[in-house]
Parts: sequence; C-alpha cells; structure tokens
Amino acid sequence: MILIWLMLILFAGGIGAWLSESRGIGVPRVIALVAILLDLALVIFMLLAPESIGLTPVTSEQDEWLVLFQADWIPRFGISFIFGADGFSLLLIALTVFLGLISLGSAWHEIKERSGFFYFNLLWTLAGVIGVFTALDLFLFFFFWEVMLIPMYFIIAIWGHENKEYAAMKFFIFTQVSGLLMLLSILVLVFLNYQATEVLSFSYFDLLGNGLTGEVGMLVMLGFFIAFATKLPAVPIHNWLPDAHSQAPTAGSVILAGILLKTGAYGLIRFTVPLFPDASMAFAPIAMTLGVVSILYAAKVAFAQSDLKRLIAYTSVSHMGFVLLGVYAWNAQALQGAVMTMLAHGFSAAALFMLAGGLQHRIHTRDMDKMGGFWGVAPKMSFMALFFTVAAVGMPGLGNFVGEFLVLLGSFQVSITTTAFAALGLVVAAVYSLIVIQKVFHGENKNNYEFDDLTFIEMACFALMMIGLLWMGLYPQSMLDMAEPTLRSLGVAFP
Amino acid sequence: MIDLLWLVPTIPVIGFLILTFSCGKLSEIPAGIVGAGSIGLSFLVAMLVGLDFMSMSEAGIHSYSQTLWTWMAVGSFEAGFTLYLDGVSLVMMFIITGIGFLIHVYATGYMHDDPSFARFFAYMNLFIAAMLILVLADNLLLLFMGWEGVGLCSYLLIGFWFKDPYNGYCARKAFVVTRVGDASMALGLFLLFASLGTLNIQELMVLAEEEWEVGAGIAVAVTLLLLGGAVGKSAQLPLQTWLPDAMAGPTPISALIHAATMVTAGVYLIARTHVLYELAPSVQYLVGVIGMITLIMAGFTALVQNDIKKVLAFSTVSQIGYMFLALGVGAYSSAIFHLMTHAFFKALLFLTAGSIILAMHHEQDIFKMGGLRKDLPWSHALFLIGTIALVAIFPTSGFWSKEEILASALTNEHGGYLLWLGGIAGAFMTGLYSFRLYFLVFYGKKTHDGHEVMGWHLQGPLVALAILSLVGGFIHIPVEEVFHAHAEDHHVSLFYQAIMIGLPLFGVLCAYLIFIKQKVDVEKLAGSGFGAKLHRFFYTQWGMDWLYDRVIVFPYVGLAKLNKKDFIDSVYNGTASLTRYLHSVVIETQTGQIRWYTMTMALGVLLVISIGVFA
Repeated sequence: MILIWLMLILFAGGIGAWLSESRGIGVPRVIALVAILLDLALVIFMLLAPESIGLTPVTSEQDEWLVLFQADWIPRFGISFIFGADGFSLLLIALTVFLGLISLGSAWHEIKERSGFFYFNLLWTLAGVIGVFTALDLFLFFFFWEVMLIPMYFIIAIWGHENKEYAAMKFFIFTQVSGLLMLLSILVLVFLNYQATEVLSFSYFDLLGNGLTGEVGMLVMLGFFIAFATKLPAVPIHNWLPDAHSQAPTAGSVILAGILLKTGAYGLIRFTVPLFPDASMAFAPIAMTLGVVSILYAAKVAFAQSDLKRLIAYTSVSHMGFVLLGVYAWNAQALQGAVMTMLAHGFSAAALFMLAGGLQHRIHTRDMDKMGGFWGVAPKMSFMALFFTVAAVGMPGLGNFVGEFLVLLGSFQVSITTTAFAALGLVVAAVYSLIVIQKVFHGENKNNYEFDDLTFIEMACFALMMIGLLWMGLYPQSMLDMAEPTLRSLGVAFP
Repeated sequence: MIDLLWLVPTIPVIGFLILTFSCGKLSEIPAGIVGAGSIGLSFLVAMLVGLDFMSMSEAGIHSYSQTLWTWMAVGSFEAGFTLYLDGVSLVMMFIITGIGFLIHVYATGYMHDDPSFARFFAYMNLFIAAMLILVLADNLLLLFMGWEGVGLCSYLLIGFWFKDPYNGYCARKAFVVTRVGDASMALGLFLLFASLGTLNIQELMVLAEEEWEVGAGIAVAVTLLLLGGAVGKSAQLPLQTWLPDAMAGPTPISALIHAATMVTAGVYLIARTHVLYELAPSVQYLVGVIGMITLIMAGFTALVQNDIKKVLAFSTVSQIGYMFLALGVGAYSSAIFHLMTHAFFKALLFLTAGSIILAMHHEQDIFKMGGLRKDLPWSHALFLIGTIALVAIFPTSGFWSKEEILASALTNEHGGYLLWLGGIAGAFMTGLYSFRLYFLVFYGKKTHDGHEVMGWHLQGPLVALAILSLVGGFIHIPVEEVFHAHAEDHHVSLFYQAIMIGLPLFGVLCAYLIFIKQKVDVEKLAGSGFGAKLHRFFYTQWGMDWLYDRVIVFPYVGLAKLNKKDFIDSVYNGTASLTRYLHSVVIETQTGQIRWYTMTMALGVLLVISIGVFA
C-alpha cells in the first residue's frame, strides 16, 4: 500500500496546488512542498527503517520484493494493479523524490505565472515516474509511461523559453511514436503468450519466461528497446533531448535529465533484457556499439555548442551511453556500474541544469560566447559549477566515476574493442567539460554582467546534491548492496 | 604510532575543507597558517609513522597496511580504502609532505597580497592529499583516484590566474593530454583485473609472477597500457608536450607539482609495478629507450628556451628521462633516489627562479636579465647550488643519484652502451643548458635592476632545500626490501668514472666559453639559414605540438564545429518538412468549389471504370 500512498500524495498534492492557484503563487508551492516532503519521509522510512512500516528489508541473501501490492483492475483482459519495489526500484524512487524536491527548489523563485498548474504538472510527472518504477503489469506500466509524459509536455510548452512549442512538440512526437511501438510490442507479447499458455495476462511475472525466440522475439524486443532507447536517449534517436532541455524551464530540465532519462534505463534493465533474454543476447553487440557511439558522438557535438543548456544536454546523451553499454554487457560489474551511473548522473546533470537555468534566469541568455569571468561575480556559483563539472568528468571520489569505472570494468570482460573506444569517453569528457568552465567562469567578464550569487535555497539544493555525489563516490557500497538482490533475481551472476 | 598513517592524507583534506568552506572570508594569516600548517602537521605525523616503521623494519616487518573501509565490492571485484606503507611509499611520503611543507611556507610569501590567497592554499592542500593517496594506495583503483586527483589539482593550479585565457588553455592542455595517458592506464587496470582477478598491487605482483611467463603477450599489453599512463603524467615522449605550458601556473606550483611530486608519479607507478615490467623485458627496455630519447630531446630544447621557467621545465622532463632510463635498466632504487634528489634541487631551482621573477617584477625572459649576481646575492648563491646539483657535480646530491643511474645503465643486464651513451650525452647537455641559464641570468651585461624580495618564509625554505641539495645524496633510502632482488653494486672502471664526472664539467666549460667568453657567436649561428631552422625545431619541442595540432586537435575541433547542428537532427526535421509540404500539396485540392469536386469525382469514376474495362 505504501507505494500507492507515494503516488496518491503526489496526485492529490497536484490537484490541491491547481485548485489553489487563485490564491497567489505562495500557496501552490507550499502545497507542493508538503506533498514532496511527505513522500520523502515515506521514502526515508523505506530506506532506513523498513521494518517499522511493515516491509522486509533488502538483504543480499533474499531476492524477494520489499513490497508488493496486487489487485484486480480489468480481469477480463488479465490487467491488474501490480505495484512492487525491490532495492533497485527503491533507489530510483528515492532519486525521484529527492530530485523532485530539488526541482521544486529551482522553481521556487522562477515560476511566477500559473504556478498552481505548474506544480500540478510537476507533481503528476513525479507520480507518473514513481508509477513507472513500480508498475509490474505491462498495461499499468504503459499507463504510467503516458502519465509522466503529458504533464512534462505542458511544462515545456507553457513555461519554456523562446522556441518552446517546437521543443514540446518534438518531445511529444518522439516519445509517442516510440511509446506506440512499445504498446504494439506489449500487445503482441501478451497475445502470443496467451496462445502459448492459454493465460491472458499483462502481469510481468506471467510474461517472464515467455519463450519468444527467433524473428518474432527480436521484433517484439525491438519495440521495447526503441521506446526505452529514445527515452535514454541513445544516438541516433536522441534529437528530442537537446531541444527539450534547452527550452524547458529549470525545474523541467532537472526532472528530465535527473529522472525521466532513467526510466529508459530502468525499462531496459527491468523489462527488455529479462523478458527477451535470447533476443537481447543477440542484439547486445549492436546495443553496446550504440552506447559507444552515443558516448563519443554526443561528446563531440557537445563540445561545439555555444548554448550552455544544449551543451549539457548532449553531455547527458554521452553519459547515458555508458548506461546502455553497461546494461548490454550484462554482468555484475557492468550492471552495477549502470545503476550507479543512473544515480550519479541524476545528481550531476540535475545540478548542472540548475546552474545553467539559474544563470539564464539572472542574465537572460544561454549563449556562452557572451559569458566569461563569472568567478569574480559569483564565486559560490562558480565553485558549485566546478564541483559538478568535475563530477561529470568522472573524478574518482565522486559518484559518476564509480559508475563509469564499473561499467568499463564489466564491459571489458565482454568486448575489449568496444571498451577501448568507450574509454576514449574519459578524454573527450574532459574536453567538453573544461571548455564550459573556461567560457563561463574563467577569463574576462566581457559584457560586465553583474548579478546575485546563489540564493539560500539554491545553496541548500546544491549542498544536498554535493553530499549525495560524495557519498556515492566514497561509499557506493551502500547503494551497490541495495541493487544487488534485484540484479541477482534478474539473472545476473555475481561470481 | 604507525596506526596514525590515515592521518597523513587526512590532515591536508581537512585543511582543504576549512579553506574552501570559509568562502574567501579567511584573511591571509589564518589562511596561511591553515594551509601550510596542515602540511607541516602531516609531515610531523609522517615522521612519527616513519620512526615506528623503521623499528618495525629492524624487527623484520617491511610493510604495513591499514584498511579504512570498503570502497566498492561487486562480485569478485573488490577495492578498499586501504593504505599500504613500505620503503618506497615511505620515501615518497616524506618527499611529498616535507618538500610540500617547505613549498607551502615559501608560497605564503610568494602569494602575498593575491586576492585568492585562500583558494590557492585550498587547491595546494587538496593536491598534497591526492598525491599522498597515490603513493599510499594498496590497490590500483585507489592509486588511480590519487592519480586523477593530482591531475585535477594540477589543472586548477595551472589555471589559477584564470583571467588570462592563455593560462586556461595551458591548464586544459595539461589535463587533456594527461587524460589520454589516464585512459590508457584505466584500460591497463581492466586488463589486469580481467586476467588476474584483483587490483591489489601486492597480490597482483605475486599472481603475475605465478601465472605469466616472461615475455607473455598479456604482460606486454598490461605494461604498455600502464606505461601510457606513466608517460602522460611524467611528461615523457610522446605525451611530454603539456609540461612546458604548465609553467603558466604560479611558480610554487611549478616547484611542487611540475618538478618535485606529481610528474614523478609515472616513475613511482613503474617502480611499484616493476615485477610486471620484468615479465615484459621488451617493454622494460622500451621504458629505458623512452627515457633516453626524452632526456636528450628535452636537453636540446632546454638549450634554446628564453623563459627561465621553461628552461627548468625542459630540464625536469630531461631529468625524469633519467629516472625512466633507470627503470628501464632495472635500477629501481636509483630511480627513486634520483627522484628524491631531483625533488630537492629542482624545487630549489624553481623557487629561486620564483624569487628572481619577483625581484624582476614578473619578468621571465632571461635575455632581459643578466648581471644579477650583485643585485640578488641570495638568489645567486641558492641558484648556483641548485644548478651544480642539477649538473651533478661531485659531491652534490645530484651527482650520487645520476652516477648510480649511469653506472647501472652500463653494468646491469638490461642496460648497454646505447643507453649509457645517451645518458652521458644528456649529462653533457645538462651542464651546457644549466650553466647557459646561470650565466645569462647572473653574468653579462646588466640591463634591468633587481631588488631581492626578503622574508623568512621566502629564504627559510630555500636554505633548507639548498642544504638538502648539497648533502641529500648521503641520505639512505630504505627500499632494498621492496626491490629485493636488486641490491645494486656497481663496479665501474676508473675510465668510465672519469667520463661520468668529466662530461658535465665539460658541458659547464662549453657554456663558459660560449656565454661568458663568447667564443662562438650564438646569435649569428641561430639567426641564419640552417641554424635558424634548427633553433626553431628545438624550440618548438621538435615540432610535436605542431604535429598534434594538425593530426588530432584541428580535425577534432573542425569536425565538431562542422557538425554543431547535429546532422542527425536534419533527418527528423526533414521528415517534418516533407510532411508539411505534402500537407500543403493536398490542401490545394480543397477549394470549396462544387464544380471542382464534381469534376474530380467524375474523373475518378472514369478512371475506375477504365481500369475495370482494360485490366
């Protein structure tokens, strides 16, 4: 039930925020804050004291669900409410709620128009994402996949920047078309499974071990893969991301980069590979190559950008390439690395987008060629930018390094050539990251910009993310232990 | 006491945190006390640890390890925050904290009145912490953490005066070029884990000896990949191009990072994993050859520079070349010994150069100096001491270490005449370029006045370093147990010894004849035809920057700029445009005129009928 509460609180908070819109900007955001804090409290309980709310704690011995909820929905078609969380989903739920709080912080002073509706969309997106991370019925999963998309569309289309309609439409079409492929795949899978077993069910557990092989298996798998790879995103289906990111308001970028991209990776790990092990195995070399292409290609495009948000958007594509590589290497180190990269990138990318958004809010441009020398103007902001850039470069001691190192360590055992190319990612990441520091924070302040340094709320958000990244970088074991039972149950060997 | 080992890297971290989170509110004196004091304290703890270690050594225990916590354990992979202390890491720890402390003290004087005083010391402290982790790591992953950490601090400190974009360029170049090496090293780590199943250094050495044969392909591959990392960090061929540019940083940084400590990390890495290199003799020989070529090349380049710091930078590249040469012939303890003495005299030279630069109001061009020995008596004496140690004149510290290396090159089984000849040619070059620098700065016609900048925090550390440069050769480094099989005993005949003592002196003599007596007209030689070309060739590091720019940098930047708009996007936008176009075509048919609709309908019917009839 606790999972349902997580979502209900957000849904209700969202409606409450919308209804209170006429009472000025103060009320909706407080309602949103309360809803997110309630969720956060629940998540903290789930993480730290699961027994106290009647859950079984995650241990490395058992591979059971921490919490599982089942109820009928449309029994005629074998559709039911199945929500479950294990260590892996719990980590992602925690990431979602935490970044929800951060995005609220970044919207606090930025969103002034129609704030009630804005917080409605924000909370509903978060609820949709939690649904995606917990739904274990494929129909239900698809339902939440859509729920998180539509509010996000509004966030970009209404509160976005100069080219928002184009970006929102592009985001919508990419996600819809790929989502449609997934829906087709789900239907074919359920139908074929019905033919084979006489059981009509959308349940994840019933569909595991469906035995689809050959061309059909490959085609059905590809439907899932394309949907998730679009969300991830992987080159060459990444083009919605730079536009969506550069046009979205700060809070939107934080959620997009921090959380929404992870639903793609989650889908690959939870559904695509376990449902279609044979097809995935056959497809792995291509997927790994796509991962490496994403790493290198996006890094190169990122380097050439002068729009700060666009640049960061492309670095996201590059980093998520490591996740794709790790998932399809499918061994203990690589998958744990993929999970760590998901979490760490959630923090570092969210922080960088928040910085870029904060800058745009202050000086009304994203053009790096106009910036420079901001260290003299805003030293706190510059220090934070340096910290999160260094994290993104993959500095040991911070979370991103753990993820990327484990991915490469794992994938090396599968394909040396692929890994050798992926390791070049370490070099090109330095190239595109350091140019940001140079153009924005170092050098001369050519246009004599003057603006306020970080506010208290911003400082608090960055400090939280900083602690998070240090924690992941210095003591990742706490998270690796959470994810391990899940990965074991998905059939990953931990030798 | 030895269980205080963890404090040695932790104290600088605390210093870093205090300095960073004071957000620039700390004024100079407290910031200096925290910055330099933390390193001093760390040095004291290192002393205590060292004393304990020595008494343990006498009792026959030659290593100590301390596990702090598990970093990551996934399946069979495990790496912890575990510190490991043996003779080599002990020596390195002393160099880092000791020389580091002296340089920190000097820097409190040098950076006086800099608006970012606290930020400077924050980065310096972080650097010391990372460097200590590098040398104290018990596994290669933790070593890699220190390795990347020092690279980051190097980047931050080269670009410390960030207002000038040139400094930023130099800093980025240093970071990216060394990262190329780091990527190679990371692959080496993956390969080691894939084949031996651990990254713990001591276990790796044992396992490798058990499982690999001498000359095995895997050993060759691993050592080559690690060598990639080592040449990047230690500025050896072919990745040496970043070090001269790194001189853009404040001079104490050049002394600490780009002379005494970080750039010797590659030497440390190879010495630490020497067992692997012995399993790959061809690669080990390659190490020696790289060292030899680098030391000669850098010597030539040092000879034609006119920036005082760049001369010293190329001299550093050259001296590290000696260390690589020593590693290549299996004289590991000589390499570490030279690493130590080089840290003494090169830190002294750089810091004194810093004093000269201060005295000359930030002038670094040696042709604008000259005749300074009267104006700057302190700097003159100290610089001379550093120079004779660098040239390896008997009985300074540099003499003992360089002599050991050259003798090993001659006598060790991996050595040979080729490496030895390269080494003594380099010794001659060292004499020549070092005294060229010395004569040009302190003798000749005086063009500008200099005013010695005095202060105990400036001269104090310099005197300490000068003493170490003179007598440091008599320090015994306790590394026999680590390089067990290599108790070195070199019997070199008097003939060779005379050459090794004499050639540097000959170099000095040549410098004297050329630059004091002016027996050779240098300007005429370098100003005309072939001479000018040669001068240009040496000056630009044998054209390697030029080559890298054209082969790697320009194509990468060019292609990136060309594809700024991401050509894949045009596929999607093209689809959208096509749809819109088709839409506009079809919309033309919707005219709202009844006769148009009637006519098309009739035509359609006609078409269908005719298909029916004729088909």
